[in-house]
Amino acid sequence: MLTIAGKTFRSRLFTGTGKFSSPRVMKEALLASGSEMVTVALRRVDLHDPADDIMAVLDRDRFFFLPNTAGARNAAEAVRLAKLARASGGGNWVKLEVTPDPRTLLPDPVETLAATEELVKAGFVVLPYMNADPILALRLQDAGAAAVMPLGSPIGTNQGVLTRFQVAIIIEQARVPVVVDAGIGAPSHAAEAMEMGADAVLVNTAIAVAGDPVRMAQAFAKAVEAGREAYEAGLGARRTEAEASSPQTGLDFLR
Amino acid sequence: MFIAPEFQQLRDRIAAGGPDAVERALARGRLDLDDLAALLSPAAGPFLAEMAQRSARLTRQRFGNVIQLYAPLYLSSFCINRCAYCGFSAGNAMPRRVLSFEEAEAEAMILHRRGFSHILLVSGEAPAKAGVEYLEALALRLRDKFAAISIEVQPLETAEYARLFAAGITAVAIYQETYDQTVYDQVHRAGKKRDFVYRLATPERAARAGMREVGIGALLGLSDWRAEGLAMGHHLAYLRKAFWRTGLTVSFPRIRPAKGEFAPLMPVSERDLTQLIFALRIFDPDLGLYLSTREEARYRDGMLGLGPTRYSAGSCTVPGGYGDSAASGAQFEIGDQRTIDEVSRAIRAKGLDPVRKDWDAIFQQHEQGRRQAA
Amino acid sequence: MITIFCNGESRRLDRVMSVEELMVSLGLNPETVVAELDGRILSRPEYAVTPLADGATLELIRFVGGG
Repeated sequence: MLTIAGKTFRSRLFTGTGKFSSPRVMKEALLASGSEMVTVALRRVDLHDPADDIMAVLDRDRFFFLPNTAGARNAAEAVRLAKLARASGGGNWVKLEVTPDPRTLLPDPVETLAATEELVKAGFVVLPYMNADPILALRLQDAGAAAVMPLGSPIGTNQGVLTRFQVAIIIEQARVPVVVDAGIGAPSHAAEAMEMGADAVLVNTAIAVAGDPVRMAQAFAKAVEAGREAYEAGLGARRTEAEASSPQTGLDFLR
Repeated sequence: MFIAPEFQQLRDRIAAGGPDAVERALARGRLDLDDLAALLSPAAGPFLAEMAQRSARLTRQRFGNVIQLYAPLYLSSFCINRCAYCGFSAGNAMPRRVLSFEEAEAEAMILHRRGFSHILLVSGEAPAKAGVEYLEALALRLRDKFAAISIEVQPLETAEYARLFAAGITAVAIYQETYDQTVYDQVHRAGKKRDFVYRLATPERAARAGMREVGIGALLGLSDWRAEGLAMGHHLAYLRKAFWRTGLTVSFPRIRPAKGEFAPLMPVSERDLTQLIFALRIFDPDLGLYLSTREEARYRDGMLGLGPTRYSAGSCTVPGGYGDSAASGAQFEIGDQRTIDEVSRAIRAKGLDPVRKDWDAIFQQHEQGRRQAA
Repeated sequence: MITIFCNGESRRLDRVMSVEELMVSLGLNPETVVAELDGRILSRPEYAVTPLADGATLELIRFVGGG
């Protein structure tokens, strides 16, 4: 069981709710994923299409909503979005995203840290999306983040865990859960992150744009479970260099 | 705060491991505490050569071909504690002294002339004789002459460590002596040191104060060395997570049976010590590992390159002993009597570089406000 | 007639109405919408008792799909 800020989750697959072809497909896929935590974004109501309401589709007893601050370009905007999310009955959890570069949507470390400090003081449970920088992960934990969410590769790229070396360091040092977010494009990527010891993964695009999102959601659920089980079972190490089976190191000096 | 695991549980956990667990631990990239238990177990004994190879490779990878040299500077032999194993114990009839600032500086300059730029200030635990004010004033006198000043003195409060850090002391060594509380209570017969828990929390107080480096250790020979090793693994893992800015080191002071000295309660052989050093190196490749002149030259030379990264040389454990070779009242007997030049030659003979200087405290910014999450 | 700015568009209202009345007239369920009036987030009970003055800036926000 995964615990974040006192709340437990049976499923270690978190899912996003963007980019689905219809609310119905989204709902079926999320149910098939077994996910218990789903991210949602905040937007101005489209006054020309006011019926588009995600709240009407998803059962909040079944899914824990994690509002994100997508669209925020600096700490102040992210804090404002978080407060709006809280006011909308979204609870006091927030997935903090500060992405000033519209091209890559990579997170701004300086603004993310500043926003984390401010939101923690304001009573939020903060899960910051971050580049896979081990020192930043530690600083965010020191600032009170309830989990850290390093990216596997830039969002929407489906490239997998390109940051595996840094993510491994983050996992090793972490005092809070580590959720690998962004870039998880295939179940094998999710399994790899879980085998490395990630506490959870967050997947959106790979499920939403799959040929059959419902079956892809099931595939991810299996991959996350398999990866976690492998991690808990203890993987043998990949050797980076051969180690002689008959060691040459002399210990003749010992008495 | 770090809470020491129950010692018997540690022993049981180590006893549970067989050769399979050892092989599994040696096959893994990053080891957990179960793997450490396996490497400390009797079942790992036949794997000592494999452990040596792995330990040597990790050490070279992390530290390069370098051995750091340091020298202890004994300031005071006064002590308020009665510890069964220690030459400075309050009950021992022996000549005692505390160096004046001038005397301490003169001793320090002898070490400076020998080429040391890293000194370790050591004293018995007697705050009235060598307290925070004394250490602070001395550090301020020495800081311009040495690249790094460490202390191995009585446990202090966080604010006191912060004061000493501001005065130029950047590293603290504080040994639990034993993580076996039953034995701890037996051998620490009187004095403030009787408080097991206060001493156990000392490394984290030092880390919280911003010290760049904190050292722990167990006095080998008091209790089961294997369980001491696993307890240190727990302690290190805790400190790594809670104080990620702080470098960690381990020392391996071993009580060796010698005439007139305290006989070890549970003797630790050279082979045992070696297994312990390799196990901790493999468990945490970033540790600074000390091998002092308590050990003999033959052993210290043999271990070069295999795991330890810091060697003392030309040490004297009598206050004032560098300037006055007739001074008496040592804390423990020296096993390796060679001079720093002789030790340096032995290090070079192994293809390693003896370094007398590591980091300049002059670069340090005295941020009092910098605090770490605990 | 009064004019307000709602979600970036100017909008003419033929009478003074509350935030909640506006939401209903737009076909929105007030339970699922957050209102920020002139930079201040309103609490749910305020919707019914907060009138929209001439020149007010209102943001209506709600959850949408997102990763």
